Amino acid sequence: MTGGDGLVLEAGTPASSFAALLRSRGLDPQWETGGDGEVDAPEGTTVLALRYDEGVIMAGDRRATAGSYVAHRRVQKVYPADSYSAVAISGTAGIAIELVRLFQTELEHYEKIEGRRLSLAGKANHLASMVRRHLPMAFQGLVVIPLFCGYDEPLEEGRLYSYDVVGGSYEETDYAATGSGGRDARLYLRTKFTDGLDEVGALELAVAALVAVAEEDTATGGPDLKRGIYPNVVTVSDRGYAELAEDRVAEMARMVMERA
Amino acid sequence: MTMPFYVPPEQLMKDRAEYARKGISRGKSIVAVEFADGVLLLGENPSGTLQKISEIYDRIAFAGVGKYTEFEQLRIGGIRRADLTGYAYSRDDVMAKSLANAYAQTLGHVFTQEVKPFEVEVMVVEIGDEHETSRIYRVTYDGTLYEEHGISAIGGAAEDLARNLGAVYHEGASLQQALSWAKTACTSVADGTVSGWEGAVLDRNLGRRAFRRLSTEEIEAA
Repeated sequence: MTGGDGLVLEAGTPASSFAALLRSRGLDPQWETGGDGEVDAPEGTTVLALRYDEGVIMAGDRRATAGSYVAHRRVQKVYPADSYSAVAISGTAGIAIELVRLFQTELEHYEKIEGRRLSLAGKANHLASMVRRHLPMAFQGLVVIPLFCGYDEPLEEGRLYSYDVVGGSYEETDYAATGSGGRDARLYLRTKFTDGLDEVGALELAVAALVAVAEEDTATGGPDLKRGIYPNVVTVSDRGYAELAEDRVAEMARMVMERA
Repeated sequence: MTMPFYVPPEQLMKDRAEYARKGISRGKSIVAVEFADGVLLLGENPSGTLQKISEIYDRIAFAGVGKYTEFEQLRIGGIRRADLTGYAYSRDDVMAKSLANAYAQTLGHVFTQEVKPFEVEVMVVEIGDEHETSRIYRVTYDGTLYEEHGISAIGGAAEDLARNLGAVYHEGASLQQALSWAKTACTSVADGTVSGWEGAVLDRNLGRRAFRRLSTEEIEAA
């Protein structure tokens, strides 16, 4: 039933999912390309997340590359998913950003309709199904792999999830990284990670890992002191999602790079 | 062959309006009061989970009175409409005016076309950066749309509530002051006894999502 230019009141529309609402109206993003050829779209590179004593910290470099070109220098790859979780993206930037927007809307939509947030595992599973849904595009080289972390309010701890291209979701205990420099980042974090880091220690480790990866991986952009481009760093703790001030990250980047 | 009885349209509308008004007057009312940092919504609600006040979008809130299932349907329809607009265009393009219009359209349509009218009244509230750009809209069961300033009330006791509030209201009050006005007004129409409160504010100091529910303690303390 709808009255004139009125509201969406159809009985058949699924109750609280925004994605399902888009589908029912034929407005959902079409994760399929028409042709067989490969497209050279800008790609986001390295993002990582690790646990610390208050929750999780998540960081990403700022570069997007198309082939061997630097496509963008100031790309944002770490986003709030809702007030208690964050999502970071790697792979085809344009599609990943759309995926994040849809994910954010989905979480808020559910929260408003049901009067409570989805559980952290529920959010992670939903993101997995979104990645799986875009699989046809991955066959054409347009791969998107997110990283998800959040604060589990009932368990009172930070948790993090990594994904693969078919939408497999894996909960990680201490740290996770993805993107072109993801392997290097994991190697670095494996040797340096310790339990119970405080916020400053976690920030230092996250920035140091990105600096180290930028040395090894041409697609990852290290901190650019001259232009003033620094990684995006966010934390999710019992106080919720918070972006770390750029001057704090800048100061840490300078310190880490002088030491390296 | 049976002939349908002729009912004059005036009589038909009058009957429907009376039916809707009767339904609405059985429920509790809700008031809106503007204060220095935003808008307060308050009403009597014995249930802690079946809520009448809700967040619709970043700076827009909804309140409904009357039959729960009917205004709940309208609330969800509003959230869907707002999220669809915000996703298709930009968050800044979601406006209370177009939402209030949609409610008026829907309620007007149901009132004339469906078997029975909705026994509800709804309010759509939006806060701007300052007092002048805040909006309060009220939509009645037949789809009549009103814009209000400073204070508003919906429900069976709406007229009494608006009169009581109008006598004390002035611009730029604190939240505490607004709460005490709203509580006094609600208590006076409920013959002195109120079984549970439900309240929320749209507060422009809260960042992107301006909606916040008030706890029972917070309401009772004021």
